[in-house]
Amino acid sequence: MDIRIRGLAKDFGDFPALHGLDLDIRSGELLALLGPSGSGKTTLLRVLAGLEQPSAGRVLFGEEDASATPVRERRVGFVFQHYALFRHMTVAENIAFGLTSRRKSERPSRAEIARRVADLLDLVQLPTLAKRYPSQLSGGQRQRVALARALAVEPRVLFLDEPFGALDAQVRKDLRKWLRDIHDRTGYTTVFVTHDQDEALELADRVVVLNKGRIEQIGTPDEIYDAPASPFVFDFIGDASRIPVTVEHGRVAIGGRRLDLGVDLAGAGAATLFVRPQHWRLGETGLAGTVGATRRHGTARRVDLTLDGAGPVEIDLAPEITVAAGDRLTLTPARWRIFFEDGRSIGGSLDAAPGTTRAFG
Amino acid sequence: MATGETFPLDPPRPRALPVPPPIGETAMARRLLVAAAVLFLALILALPLAGVFTEGLRKGWGAWLAAFADPDARAAIRLTLLVAAISVPANLVFGVAAAWAITRFSFPGRNLLVTLIDLPFSVSPVVSGLVFVLLFGANGLVGPFLKAQGIQVIFAVPGLVLATIFVTFPFVARELIPIMQAQGAADEEAALTLGASGWTIFTRVTLPNIKWGLLYGVLLCNARAMGEFGAVSVVSGHIRGLTNTVPLQVEILYNEYDFVGAFAIASALAVLALVTLVLKTFLEWRYGDELARSARH
Amino acid sequence: MTDLTMSPAPARPARSLVTGVLPGFGLAFGWTLVWLSFIVLLPLAALAWKASGLGIDGFVALLASPRVRAALELSFGAALIAALINAVFGVLVAWVLTRYRFPGRSLVDAAVDLPFALPTAVAGITLAALFARNGWLGGLLAPLGIEVAYSRAGVVVALVFVGLPFVVRTVQPLLADFDREVEEAAATLGASRAATVFRVLLPPLVPAALTGFTLAFARGVGEYGSIVFIAGNMPGVTEIAPLLVVIKLEEFDYVGATGIAVVMLAVSFALLFAINALQHWTEKRW
Repeated sequence: MDIRIRGLAKDFGDFPALHGLDLDIRSGELLALLGPSGSGKTTLLRVLAGLEQPSAGRVLFGEEDASATPVRERRVGFVFQHYALFRHMTVAENIAFGLTSRRKSERPSRAEIARRVADLLDLVQLPTLAKRYPSQLSGGQRQRVALARALAVEPRVLFLDEPFGALDAQVRKDLRKWLRDIHDRTGYTTVFVTHDQDEALELADRVVVLNKGRIEQIGTPDEIYDAPASPFVFDFIGDASRIPVTVEHGRVAIGGRRLDLGVDLAGAGAATLFVRPQHWRLGETGLAGTVGATRRHGTARRVDLTLDGAGPVEIDLAPEITVAAGDRLTLTPARWRIFFEDGRSIGGSLDAAPGTTRAFG
Repeated sequence: MATGETFPLDPPRPRALPVPPPIGETAMARRLLVAAAVLFLALILALPLAGVFTEGLRKGWGAWLAAFADPDARAAIRLTLLVAAISVPANLVFGVAAAWAITRFSFPGRNLLVTLIDLPFSVSPVVSGLVFVLLFGANGLVGPFLKAQGIQVIFAVPGLVLATIFVTFPFVARELIPIMQAQGAADEEAALTLGASGWTIFTRVTLPNIKWGLLYGVLLCNARAMGEFGAVSVVSGHIRGLTNTVPLQVEILYNEYDFVGAFAIASALAVLALVTLVLKTFLEWRYGDELARSARH
Repeated sequence: MTDLTMSPAPARPARSLVTGVLPGFGLAFGWTLVWLSFIVLLPLAALAWKASGLGIDGFVALLASPRVRAALELSFGAALIAALINAVFGVLVAWVLTRYRFPGRSLVDAAVDLPFALPTAVAGITLAALFARNGWLGGLLAPLGIEVAYSRAGVVVALVFVGLPFVVRTVQPLLADFDREVEEAAATLGASRAATVFRVLLPPLVPAALTGFTLAFARGVGEYGSIVFIAGNMPGVTEIAPLLVVIKLEEFDYVGATGIAVVMLAVSFALLFAINALQHWTEKRW
């Protein structure tokens, strides 16, 4: 089931939560809605599921305009952040709920329901917990039951709101793999909301980055990470240093020093250069800076560096390179992106052959 | 590599959708349910309340005031105030002591103690009076002995006080226990490490933390103490001007067909109840976080 | 009151069974025990002592008396009916108060506690006046042939008034804490509104409603002040058990009064125990 969203807006009173979004969700894909809190990602998911009324715009499920379909007839699976399991029902009763609350004429037989429940318990790897109550389960187990319950009605599309938000780190990691696995086996079109970039990048086929009710970027995890479309995405995904620069005659100047990025920049005026810590390269020429504090950061050594005339940046060095506070380093950005104040951006990489430096408008 | 999609800031908005709210009852169902609940409450609560005042003022304000000029009525009011003035502080002290022991220490039988404190709530008011008659009455366990000493308990003020203390026994304690439990002993322990004495800890650390809960408990305790009927009825002996509290005076007037008098005095008690409700609601609204979250009875 | 001088470590009771570093256990616990014993335990013991004078045979004979049987049946029966009415309307009122916003809601919410605050005698005479033939409601009901005042129905009416807050106040906090996601989950699973209400929203309220029902029932069995004015007090017909206790006392039949009181007490305590067991069970499972 593919979903098309056209001009979708949602206001809460005077507060606009979504400003006219357009988005196509492809059949069978695993899509992440990623953004900070207040970005509208959960609102978007709830509007898609029919739990909120859009203020304007349309949602198309395939060719069908779902905007007018009430939530209970929309046949969507929704997994809530806090699971929303029915605490007075056993695990099996929870999973069977969607089937048992159908009208008599549409309700499967008891045996059929029992078989479906057993299959789903197998799918979510909880075959022995059918008779437990939700309060007797761990957070991760509850999340699995919630997913099984949503799948029991054979939804046209599956929505998950911060599916791992309430779990601790190790369980989150395990469940991520497991969710990806279930998605690949069942093939449901799946949309999940998260504020965790690692989760979005690791799990999703495509990521939609939202900010203040608008879509900042849509792309594969590689595209989002390697070619952020806006300063917001650059900041939000991964670490990056912002360096104020001026562009004149196609050249970049930082604090009065010229920096050769190996490309002629179309445009002029104040701009911001974004560089990720791991994309700096030490060398003989380029920018100069003074080392401040250093600390171990994963597999790298992260160095706080004060660039002459520009201010602080963070760079990652191989851990075997030892530096001390006060050392002077010379370095160039190997991958970078410049955003002009009018929103245009150009990015490039030193690794690419001269002339093929890629720039994006 | 995808190029960033562009979005117009505020596209023209298509039609708004006339669909009912996704979750919840329809407006019609809501209105029906609200109407049913309000009608039930109006019938069972508002009508009786209105009735008290209408009946009390049936013959005008003059007759209403006259009911309070009656010496027996005045004696009843004095007696009720006296009984409340003794039993409320008694239960206040007890409630604080019990809450301190129960929430600041752990000892065997603590849960049993909590249950026993709640016991008077499940005893019929009439039985609450009866037990004191059995103890202190003319044929009671210690009644004859006390009588020989010239002490009269039953059909006298001490009996009224005892019965009132019994029926209002749990109010302060059961309000304080959950509050002090929730607050924990950390503040008091901090004061202890700073070298404060027990009394200082209580007056300067504990009391400020529980004062609104304490007031809440006292409020409910007082309302019950002044309004109690069954228990005091059994121990009072209904001696006019001597052992009749206000609720008992209402009964006497009513049984003598002095309806205006009965309802006039009853309306004063109703005002007391309303004042209690207003104060209680105010405390819940203003200091709700500091009051016990548990259901109150 | 500023006493911050270092004082010697406060004396603690020597018993190691008591844990807690704060001072004052001896005083607080001692006072609690003395007061509890004097006000509650000793008088109740007197009741047991007096009841033992009755003996098994005497007890059976007392309960076999038609007047006593009728009074107990009325008290228990009317309390049961009133508690059932309050269970239904209590859940309705709690539902409306927690889930809907309407003008006057907080006033209505506060008014629910009126039966706790209003002296029972006041409630009693007012209800009697309302339902008397010339009263506001009695006047409306009389042409229909319905007599509430001075009948068993009057007992039920008084007990509905007295027991109203119990169910409302036990159910209300549960409804207020209800997670909206749960009903949304039911809706996404295709459940109709009715199915959501009856299969998802109401069942978790059952233990609380049952607790409120039991409290209202227990209160109803012992209730006296609000009933005696409206009931008519005809022996064997509209005479409630607490009234019979009073009458036996006035006749100096202390043993008879005690016997009835013991039956009422035993039932009250059994109900209290049942509530505790129910809550324990609920907490364990849900």
